[in-house]
Amino acid sequence: MIHDKIPTLYESSVSGRHGTDLPVPDVPLSPLPTTGLREDCGLPELSQLDVVRHYLALSQRNFGVDSGFYPLGSCTMKFNPKVNELIARLPGFAEAHPLQEPETVQGNLALMYGLQQWLAEIGGFAGVSLQPSAGAHGEFTGLLMMRAYHRERGDAKRTRILIPDSAHGTNPASTTMAGFTAVELPSDARGNVDLEAVRIACDDTVAGIMMTNPNTLGLFEEHIGEAVRLVHECGGVVYGDGANMNALAGISRPGDLGFDVMHYNLHKTFATPHGGGGPGSGPVGVSARLKDFLPGPVVELARGEDQPRYALAMPAKSIGRVSTFFGNFGMFVRAYAYIRQHGAAGLRANSEHAVLNANYLRVMLRDAFTVPFDRMSMHEFVCQGAIEGTGVRALDISKRLLDYGFHPPTNYFPLTVPEALMIEPTETEAKPTLDAFAAGMRAIALEARNDPALVKGAPHKTPVRRLDEVKAARELVLADRTKVAND
Amino acid sequence: MSYVPHTERERSDMLAAIGLASMEDLFADVPAQVRFPVLDLPPPASELDLAREMQALAARNVAVDPGLSFLGAGTYHHFRPATVDYVLSRGEFYTSYTQYQPEASQGFLQALFEYQSMICQLTGTEVSNASHYDGATALAEAVLLALNVASGKRNKIVLSPAVHPQYRAVVRTYLRGTHAATIAGDQDGAADLDRLRAVLDQETAALVIQNPNFLGQCEAIDGLADAVHRAGALLIVVTDPIALGLFQPPGAYGADVVVADGQSLGIPPSFGGPHLGIFASRMTHVRRLSGHLVGETADADGRRGYVLTLATREQHIRRARATSNICTNSAVCALAAATYLATMGKRGLRQVAELCFHKSHYAAAEIGKLKGFSVNPQAPAQPFFKEFVVRLPGPAADINKRLRTQHGIVGGYDLGNDDPQLKNHMLIAVTEINTRESIDRLVAALGEAAR
Repeated sequence: MIHDKIPTLYESSVSGRHGTDLPVPDVPLSPLPTTGLREDCGLPELSQLDVVRHYLALSQRNFGVDSGFYPLGSCTMKFNPKVNELIARLPGFAEAHPLQEPETVQGNLALMYGLQQWLAEIGGFAGVSLQPSAGAHGEFTGLLMMRAYHRERGDAKRTRILIPDSAHGTNPASTTMAGFTAVELPSDARGNVDLEAVRIACDDTVAGIMMTNPNTLGLFEEHIGEAVRLVHECGGVVYGDGANMNALAGISRPGDLGFDVMHYNLHKTFATPHGGGGPGSGPVGVSARLKDFLPGPVVELARGEDQPRYALAMPAKSIGRVSTFFGNFGMFVRAYAYIRQHGAAGLRANSEHAVLNANYLRVMLRDAFTVPFDRMSMHEFVCQGAIEGTGVRALDISKRLLDYGFHPPTNYFPLTVPEALMIEPTETEAKPTLDAFAAGMRAIALEARNDPALVKGAPHKTPVRRLDEVKAARELVLADRTKVAND
Repeated sequence: MSYVPHTERERSDMLAAIGLASMEDLFADVPAQVRFPVLDLPPPASELDLAREMQALAARNVAVDPGLSFLGAGTYHHFRPATVDYVLSRGEFYTSYTQYQPEASQGFLQALFEYQSMICQLTGTEVSNASHYDGATALAEAVLLALNVASGKRNKIVLSPAVHPQYRAVVRTYLRGTHAATIAGDQDGAADLDRLRAVLDQETAALVIQNPNFLGQCEAIDGLADAVHRAGALLIVVTDPIALGLFQPPGAYGADVVVADGQSLGIPPSFGGPHLGIFASRMTHVRRLSGHLVGETADADGRRGYVLTLATREQHIRRARATSNICTNSAVCALAAATYLATMGKRGLRQVAELCFHKSHYAAAEIGKLKGFSVNPQAPAQPFFKEFVVRLPGPAADINKRLRTQHGIVGGYDLGNDDPQLKNHMLIAVTEINTRESIDRLVAALGEAAR
């Protein structure tokens, strides 16, 4: 990697340069308003080659799944099939306007209908809305539906949502946004939610529980049936955080396990690209009693005389819209293509190999690092990054992994495990990659004992060394202060 | 096919290392009665078959020539320079995730920092986040920010009826979770800014306007921010980033929070998403912003670098007390917008904005000459940017159908969808994509369709 700093767009800007040209006006000019205009919109000025070299240089300072092994736990950094990128760019999909009349976009509506049906089948649900734009957005959507469901039955005293302490931070944050109070439940000694705590918490003020299964320790909840039963018996609704559905597709259906609502992360289970942080897509699936509350519009099938006709409809008691139009359609295209390419057998094979890879790495690493819940895991597992007596911490291990050419695992999550390194290899990585990663991890553990300063000073081979996060938060330079050249 | 690379040999070696005999043994914790369901899905398609099938599916949509489309209302056909897709196709960018490990993510972090910088310049604000899902959810978050600033003392949001109807719907959905909040203003569909100003009181946390508004018109914003601030509320402005190539930015006329959908900045319509939520504000509110923020800092050797900062606002640190639940955002769309803005530059964006202005005014003038048509009937003197309302001699739905079936033209947005009284009105969008020839075809076709 290159070690010189890359000038910002503003630093490279030279007054009078242009990156593109536009047609000359082919209509008579109309007088512009006399007030309310601006002189200068403040953008930089670069040639097209400047722009291309700038972004190419930036891309070379960025690590993606296409660059190398990316075992970022809970994020499912699996291979993104290249054909799906081409498909999503087909003009019929990419140039379609969302407000066109439905009869002109039957292909798109058929695709959305198909995806709704397939997601419902994979998750074991009665209905699906594709509208939420990300997992957290799906959580918020699901919680608003739970709220609407209880209120419709005249049950306004249910204000609490039970959430295990190992949950993603989005669960309690979504709970607050939906107007509920989050109640944290402890985990038991085997990494499950503490069943006794569920039993004690369940009463007529509980609106529901949010469960991640497999949970964020990568463990299948051993008492899931009993936890679901307890919440249902007290009148609550069971929400499933589908972030880890990539371990269950083709293995078990959350709907069959008793879940009432769940979001799917299309960017995890169904391999739509993570895009440096987004866009994702977070469709929600629901059991029959919540179907009428789904956000809309959803796509319905109205059989015509000779061929099917698809129409948009708002569910009867819909909570309303959660985003404009239909959500992230471009992600639906990729997820649809992914499911179509895999079929049921392929989805099951994905889950199986995701679980195989995680357990293989767990076994390869457990004598070098503490694995706090050392039992069969699902698609990911958590080990501890502290090396006793050396002062080396999880963060140091992660930074040193960068020198070995691997993206680090998720650090310090879940919060229930000190010095957590959460490792999710995904099914698309082959054994030699896993072996190389395990060898790297073991070598770093050895380095930590022999030369801890080497590990604590890592990374050494990246374009920048460790960055001062305190300075960033104190000085808050959030925009380029460079003056545009001709200001 | 599946993208699992394992050979039979590797699989059995790995199972042996774990101490298992079969793949099924991996799932002993899953209750047997719900294990290995038979899923009713179509059989797997090869890559070649998949590509054919998806092309056929895309072809089931009526082919639209963007140059002959006059449909806008929140999603637009604009010119996208080739640089954008070049950058978006870099696997280093699009197959990465949130920049939790800054040393391996300097490229994306710098790109997002530059995005924030350009959005601040464009909107006239001091701070921009690294993106939100779309314009409507950015607005909903802005409304939550205003309620948060008012810390329970003010619970009323005044919404202009000239804000995009779907944006207003999303705000209403978001506020279902906020017990005390109420919405005023948009029940009166004809309420203009003067009437909305009269509604401001000590209960009001924010006034939300759109400028140019949903109907394309430029709002009379003189003195508005002062009035809002005198009432102790925040001014939230929804805007069109293309318009900001020409018009004063909301920050300059006193907006506290500026939100927009950034789809126009190099992102295809894609049947409504993914788009880009632009979310920018005054520095005063930086600790209440939702979403990621990229900040400049230095490494251990003093080299400049970038990190995600003020994470203590966010859900993974603050959990139930976070400013928002947002995690995944729309980063790659922000990258597209940044590439677009860098390529267009200050001259290019101005040119695009002026082309939209002149072409839409030409179209409006020509349509206004047709017998039985009138342009912006409710506000004929108000300036507009790239969209305008046309009152038609018949229902918009009928005329649109004739435009499509007889002329291959996608007509304007049928305003009767939101207000049945406006069923004879359509909202027409004209951008630099539409040539004079295509505008003339639209005008001729409208004249014919109305006969």
